[in-house]
Amino acid sequence: MKHQFDVIIVGAGLAGLRAAIELGEDTSVAVLSKVFATRSHSGAAQGGIGAALGNEEEDNWEWHMFDTVKGSDYLGDQDAIEILVRDAPRTIYELEHLGVPFNRTPDGKIAQRAFGGHTRNFGEAPVKRACFAADRTGRVILDTLWEKCLQRSIRFFDEFQLMSLIVSEGQCHGVIAYELASGKLHTLHSKAVLLATGGYGKVYKTTSNAFASTGDGLAIAFRAGATLEDMEFVQFHPTGIYKLGILISEAARGEGGILRNNEGKRFMELYAPVIKDLAPRDMVSRCILEEVRAGRGIDGKDYVHLDLTHLGEEVLNTKLAEITGFARIYSGVEPIREPIPVQPTCHYMMGGIAANADGKVITDSEDTPFLGLYAAGECACVSVHGANRLGCNSLLDTLVFGRRAGKEMRRHIHTVGFSPLPANPEKEVAAKIAALMESNGNETGGPIREELQEVMMDKVSVFRQRSGLTEALEKVRELQGRYQKIAIKDKGSCFNRDLLDAIELDYMLNLAEVITLGALTREESRGAHSREDFPDRDDKKWLVHTMFRYSKEEGPQVFFKPVTITRFQPKERKY
Amino acid sequence: MKCTFIVYRFDPAVDKEPSYQEYMVTAEPTDKILDCLNKIRWEQDPTLSYRYSCAHGICGSDALMINGRIELACQKLVRDFKTANNFVIEPLPLFKVIKDLVVDMNPFFEKHRTVRPYLISDEDPPETERLQDSENQKFFEPALACILCGSCTAACPINRSNDKYLGPAALLRGFRYVADSRDTATGSRLAQLDNEDGAWGCKSMWWCTDVCPKSIPVTKSIAQIKRLIKEEEKRKTAGS
Repeated sequence: MKHQFDVIIVGAGLAGLRAAIELGEDTSVAVLSKVFATRSHSGAAQGGIGAALGNEEEDNWEWHMFDTVKGSDYLGDQDAIEILVRDAPRTIYELEHLGVPFNRTPDGKIAQRAFGGHTRNFGEAPVKRACFAADRTGRVILDTLWEKCLQRSIRFFDEFQLMSLIVSEGQCHGVIAYELASGKLHTLHSKAVLLATGGYGKVYKTTSNAFASTGDGLAIAFRAGATLEDMEFVQFHPTGIYKLGILISEAARGEGGILRNNEGKRFMELYAPVIKDLAPRDMVSRCILEEVRAGRGIDGKDYVHLDLTHLGEEVLNTKLAEITGFARIYSGVEPIREPIPVQPTCHYMMGGIAANADGKVITDSEDTPFLGLYAAGECACVSVHGANRLGCNSLLDTLVFGRRAGKEMRRHIHTVGFSPLPANPEKEVAAKIAALMESNGNETGGPIREELQEVMMDKVSVFRQRSGLTEALEKVRELQGRYQKIAIKDKGSCFNRDLLDAIELDYMLNLAEVITLGALTREESRGAHSREDFPDRDDKKWLVHTMFRYSKEEGPQVFFKPVTITRFQPKERKY
Repeated sequence: MKCTFIVYRFDPAVDKEPSYQEYMVTAEPTDKILDCLNKIRWEQDPTLSYRYSCAHGICGSDALMINGRIELACQKLVRDFKTANNFVIEPLPLFKVIKDLVVDMNPFFEKHRTVRPYLISDEDPPETERLQDSENQKFFEPALACILCGSCTAACPINRSNDKYLGPAALLRGFRYVADSRDTATGSRLAQLDNEDGAWGCKSMWWCTDVCPKSIPVTKSIAQIKRLIKEEEKRKTAGS
């Protein structure tokens, strides 16, 4: 089936929906999502969205900018970070005007709370900068934006899997999508495509991410000629529920929660004397694992305690209601009386499709654009998070850059017509599906996925070193080989999860290779990338973005791009 | 431990009638029911279809009938059931089955749309935020926990006899906007809900509240709509 829209947006999380709203008034736009729109993983965001409103105490955007630059371990591009933080207050007011039900201060303003790495006066003490709606901030923003799209009658293609980009002569003209309910292919012809497909935490065994977070958009764009950037930087959130990885928001520590080791000691005091438990995520995750290595994990195991017992029932049941529920349901712990067992969990990808601050996908270090192709949100790398993202900067990123991508696409579509589609655009995708469906290979996806997630967790997570990374790279490539012999048992065309799992696995294998290759290449420790064989940051050699280009013959190829530094020169990163 | 899963199967492409298929699963007491379904699919039978995504009760994809009761498969653990490790898994009632445990939620979202689920304000917003009494925000805050999983609407007995009835989920969203002090369409919203297909269709049977996986006081929220309708009437009568 064929459709034509000015703009196709892939992904119905915050970045995609914000862009859709920007365009929806006067542009024909369709939003395509492999899950029903409100199931998008933005809805799982808990703690807050950062903006220097100064509603609770003095704050300003320069402090927010400094914190973000320092949090990024100086790898974030400072021109982009400045755009992000200066636009933050406007973004919050815009959300409020759209109807987002933020918590309020006693005098009726938007309430704010403390969050990791956000400080007053360039690192002096924690500052209340996170705007929130209890601990379901992502949920309420996602609902509000989705409902605004319903009001605007934006067309949704729910439960449609992106299969490929239609590219000819270096320009993107639309997408091919697979309808889950019918198994039919659809050609969506457009003047612009925005990829807003989110993260790919499912590459790891322990993750807070949804099953849908498999990085489809990235892998597809990569193979179509887009560049990936800083892929080795993977955020492990310090407080996932032990064994499960379900997130316990940083808001728990923002409200006063404390991490304790098996001696009951508040160990973050030693590592970050000024802001303690509110140190950035990369640091806290490393500290937890250091404690475990020193034998101070709980019961000698690989987890510590998050103590919320002193916060009181009222705070837990109102401001932290969701996570309190998670602790009760999944770990059988009553947070009012007992500490929650936690360990680091794969949470966020700093790396992504290289894009500029207007959402244009770029293909090289000279910022040459991929015509017609845009990216925003977690799947993009602008780069505002550098080597480590601060909590409550990701919702902000999706909204600021989703909107900017929307504006840029509107400008673009008024300057061009529809290019003719290549003949039979669905041919390659149809052949790929047919090959999978008819394969009589002796492999199934399940074990390959499991082995992938395990090796990535063991060798390419918080601490890394050459030998482990080399083993991981070999393993991933071996799994890629085995994937070629995978067979599909479900021969049906209606909600064929077997087929979709196999398609997603291909993307995950591709991205795992790039992450590992980046981690192996970067011989220093910076932000979330911690090499035990190169424990120091090396600004002389490595104050650069790692860029990846896909070659059909030789696989991913690495090159570098300088970091943009404007206001803050790199300094030692202490908290 | 060994668990028996008896799972509803229906593939419209080949089946005339639905059937039940039995699987043996080795599970830990702390495994989620969703984990068990995944084990069936990954290790035994990849043809089984069901929806899921976040796997921790936030996205609303996996509401199912588990041992005759509506639950989120990702929010119930094996140990939560006292049924000797036997499980019967069926799709949500009320909705049409598309395949196996996947149902057609379109009618549910169509109703959601009709309550105008967005803020309507005829006042220009200020440059910064509109002020809102924190007590007002707290009044409708419980309704914000809704994940649109459809459990309440599927459970509601009224929905089964009156397919025009908006159902608890859409009414809950209606309540959220009626109660929001920033919304200026309260009068027309209440008028829209002032009938048997709206708030008065609710006969306070509490099934919605009972099954809500987010523990939202759904019935009470619908009762608040009824109370506000009555207050509006009184105000109008007093005014005329």
